[in-house]
Amino acid sequence: MSVDTETVKRIARLARIRVTEAELAAYQGELNAILGFVEQLNEVDVDGVVPMTSVTPMALRLREDKVTDGGYAERIVANAPLSEDNFFMVPKVVE
Amino acid sequence: MTDLTTKSLAELRDGLKKREFSALEAMDAYLDAIAAANPRLNAYIVVTADKAREMARASDARLARGEGGPLEGVPLGIKDLFATIGVHTQAASHVLDGFAPEYESTVTSHLWRDGAVMLGKLNMDEFAMGSSNETSYYGPVINPWRAAGSNRDLVPGGSSGGSAAAVSAWLCAGATATDTGGSIRQPAAFSGIVGIKPTYGRCSRWGIVAFASSLDQAGPIARTVTDTAIMLTSMAGFDNKDSTSVDLAVPDFAAAVERGVKGLVIGVPREYRMDGMPEEIETLWTKGLEWLRAEGAVIKDISLPHTRYALPAYYIVAPAEASSNLARYDGVKYGLRKTGKDITDLYELTRAEGFGREVKRRVMIGTYVLSAGYYDAYYVRAQKVRTLIKRDFEDAFDQGVDAILTPATPSAAFGVGDEEMNSDPVKMYLNDVFTVTVNMAGLPGLSVPGGKDASGLPLGLQLIGRPFDEETLFAAARVIERNRGEGFSPEKWW
Repeated sequence: MSVDTETVKRIARLARIRVTEAELAAYQGELNAILGFVEQLNEVDVDGVVPMTSVTPMALRLREDKVTDGGYAERIVANAPLSEDNFFMVPKVVE
Repeated sequence: MTDLTTKSLAELRDGLKKREFSALEAMDAYLDAIAAANPRLNAYIVVTADKAREMARASDARLARGEGGPLEGVPLGIKDLFATIGVHTQAASHVLDGFAPEYESTVTSHLWRDGAVMLGKLNMDEFAMGSSNETSYYGPVINPWRAAGSNRDLVPGGSSGGSAAAVSAWLCAGATATDTGGSIRQPAAFSGIVGIKPTYGRCSRWGIVAFASSLDQAGPIARTVTDTAIMLTSMAGFDNKDSTSVDLAVPDFAAAVERGVKGLVIGVPREYRMDGMPEEIETLWTKGLEWLRAEGAVIKDISLPHTRYALPAYYIVAPAEASSNLARYDGVKYGLRKTGKDITDLYELTRAEGFGREVKRRVMIGTYVLSAGYYDAYYVRAQKVRTLIKRDFEDAFDQGVDAILTPATPSAAFGVGDEEMNSDPVKMYLNDVFTVTVNMAGLPGLSVPGGKDASGLPLGLQLIGRPFDEETLFAAARVIERNRGEGFSPEKWW
């Protein structure tokens, strides 16, 4: 499979990365080189093979459902480029 | 007094304990070495000199009281991927500009618990995506090694290129690193030093900037097998904060280093004999096997039939996980922020400016293979292939193989700005062809220098072990280290 420039635009949009018209062709070439490389996986017979979900056989640990951490909002927002009263600030999203 | 920076980590630790010199003296020796070398090598992004001296003084106070942990006063470099409280932690990316976490990674907190002191943060490929340390926002790291008769700058490998260069050039006694597809073992091989990626789950991932969570593992890079074993003993251990951390006792890895290979079965996978493999790699591999055989190991030919599919499967799984992990860099919570007319602009402009080319490429590949209609064809298929890769290793271990010996890389270090590597992403990816299988199967892998190429550059051998049997790797690596001879330090030109 290979991607056309429209698909590159769509992927960039999904990935929330602005790609300019001038960059499209280069990305298309690079993505197609990688997609061409991974194409060889189609040679492998994977019938009846279970996809890997955990590389070491383990069950996820459970713990009691209670608050064990928190209460320091100022530390959470300490690295925010823009914050006010311990809230992250973003452009208006709801009119 | 002899130069404290040329001591091994073990010698340094012992000298500190006997109070032959102080932790502050050792620290200052390293800080001087960094000041002299870093303008040329670019291994450190940040040197935390004040904090370093403060930690060294605290170590000296503990040593004076006859106290101190197993790494008391030992100066280490920390890869920029590890969260260090109040200190530059930016994964060598522009998008994390100014980020200084409010918390400490589990691995580094284990090192400080054991008395180690921090010199600073080490350069790396951006978000650990790269095999040459050229994708760093802070510029490439230069390998302390040069080809005989040449002054051309070589790459130290990646992504832990700063860790490898700093260790090789005596700019720290040891360094932390991480390995998602070969990022510890390939730079260790390129820089003539030792690195181990432990079994997945051995070291906590908590507080390490995530790249591909099912593949990422932390590990040490140091100048000797023993030094690496000492560091791993401190770094490893169960952590409730990482759901994939394994609750298993951590052995004293250094105690396993001299136990030899008598009676061990060493597997030689025929699929690693690639077409067009340079003769010197072939020779190195044969020599390694001879050394192990001479010390009592049994060499056994094995087959890992899905080896050639590991790299393509990796280039689906790793970007897929990366695209998800890197979604958090949105200009809101930390780091760079570029504003536009609305929130989508904020996201798109921040990420366009904040991520480098390689990172964007991988996030986009990951987004594509996870997108509706392609998920089964790419991602699910790759995870099935991953199951087969793991099964290959299990079959070999079931046949009594204790460890597997392979070359670590298909070549020695290449030049900075290598045109072929930089114009074709797939060519660069092939650097990890021998190492990536190990991440896909979650196994431990160690790289140890075993020889040199025709131009005198170091070449590494890789040992692959059973899950949680790092001890056998240390023992076998020590045999290689003992037999390969001297001359695995770079000529100082910087």
